[in-house]
Amino acid sequence: MSTTQILFWFLSILAVLSAVGVVASRNPIYSVLWLIVVFFSISGQYVLMNAQFLAIVNVIVYAGAIMVLFTFVIMLMNLNEHPEIPKNVYLKAAGIIAGMCLLVVLVAALAKSSNMHESLRVGTNVGLIKYLGRTLFNDYVVPFEISSVLFLSAMIGAVVIGRKEKETVA
Amino acid sequence: MHLLAIDWSLLTEKLVLIVVVVLISLVVAMYSTYAERKVAAIIQDRRGPNRAGPFGILQPLADGLKLFFKEEIVPKFSSKFLFILGPGIAMLTAIMIGAVIPWGNKVHLFGRDISLQITDVNIGILYVFGIVSLGVYGIMIGGWASNNKYSLLGSMRAASQIISYELAMGISLIALLMITGTLSMKTMVGQQMDHVWNIFKQPLGFLIFLVCAFAETNRTPFDLSEAENELIGGYHSEYSSMKLGFYLFAEYVNMFLSSAIMVTLFFGGYDIPFVNDATFIHTIGTNWMAVFQGAVFFIKIVLFLFLFMWVRWTIPRFRYDQLMNLGWKVLLPLALFNMLATGSLVLLHQNHWHF
Repeated sequence: MSTTQILFWFLSILAVLSAVGVVASRNPIYSVLWLIVVFFSISGQYVLMNAQFLAIVNVIVYAGAIMVLFTFVIMLMNLNEHPEIPKNVYLKAAGIIAGMCLLVVLVAALAKSSNMHESLRVGTNVGLIKYLGRTLFNDYVVPFEISSVLFLSAMIGAVVIGRKEKETVA
Repeated sequence: MHLLAIDWSLLTEKLVLIVVVVLISLVVAMYSTYAERKVAAIIQDRRGPNRAGPFGILQPLADGLKLFFKEEIVPKFSSKFLFILGPGIAMLTAIMIGAVIPWGNKVHLFGRDISLQITDVNIGILYVFGIVSLGVYGIMIGGWASNNKYSLLGSMRAASQIISYELAMGISLIALLMITGTLSMKTMVGQQMDHVWNIFKQPLGFLIFLVCAFAETNRTPFDLSEAENELIGGYHSEYSSMKLGFYLFAEYVNMFLSSAIMVTLFFGGYDIPFVNDATFIHTIGTNWMAVFQGAVFFIKIVLFLFLFMWVRWTIPRFRYDQLMNLGWKVLLPLALFNMLATGSLVLLHQNHWHF
């Protein structure tokens, strides 16, 4: 096995195990921490595909920003004081069936896809920041700008919703 | 047959380099605690630690021993695993930053050219950002696992402070990236060796970065997370022994490495000032050059460390609303202005100063 393969298997197994950890943990804080491990192992996969920018942005945005907010909320809500209400058996069965259906669909779709047997191209430079920037600002300028406007409007929307209501004088 | 196709010499080389960098970070952090007390003493017209060894030079060792021998206390209702994980993460994220800093150009040993940088990834500075944004977890997990309201408040303060200042820091760096056109720290140093240091091109950017670095390392005037007169000890109230030591120590490691980053980004890194490196390297050879560069880099870092301490013993702590106002209403608009101004200047320059 080459180093890349060892790393690939290590990261894949880590990702799957910690994903199981996210679902199986009773304490929501542990779930969040497992989710961070998942993000890390996926970032590792990106690095193996030579997409370093994607890897680090994944860490900064998901593990560094979004998950911090998750932890914030969970820590302040103090969910531990309210023990989990045991769920209905039928609900659990339905959840398992639905999850399995999704798995079957995903596996079926990927098994039939044409680039299934295309081996991982090591040494491509597509994921490097230089080429990414060129593509983004030459071929995809308009979608890029539109999505940034979308983000801005989402941000303003969040501020408007989060703002305190002014005391209306009756 | 090779079971593991690994370049062993490369692996050893990197491993040695990692061990050396970690050791240097730790030793410097250790003596920063001593230096901090000495600087405080000088500023407050005292003598400072002077009992352990000549000039109190063994004081950090004594402090370390004290921390090791103290009783290990884990609060009864805390999550034990997370309680121990907290300081571990704080230390880990502090040390990991050292991986992308170029400590010198290269040395020639055993017939190999060894680069004095653990890895020259082409996303260098973004890597630093990724690690810094993870540094929050050490504090948050520790504060939460303590199961103490003061600790939780302290960790919330620390986390919101770090997140708020990261924004201004990132935007101030965008301006720098527009000028250098690279994310690799080694390339940045190379550019500064050939031309002027980035501080002359980005004075405002540097100022914003400096303030944000103070906030990110939780140093005074931004040490609200451990404001002892409001929060007992902040996020580490419940910690004792070496776990507390890890938190305190991580702060000094962070200080050292953020000084190193500021030197690399704005003050030419290992560039020797007023010396033409290309001719100098011919006179003394590669290895001596690396020694000189390392020494110069180190001197610059020590100056920054002194600045950190000087500010700590001069400026009082901000109030929480002042801290947030400074971050969101002063630094962020300034950083945005700096970014726009730099962007337009770069465009003008590319257009040969024609509108």
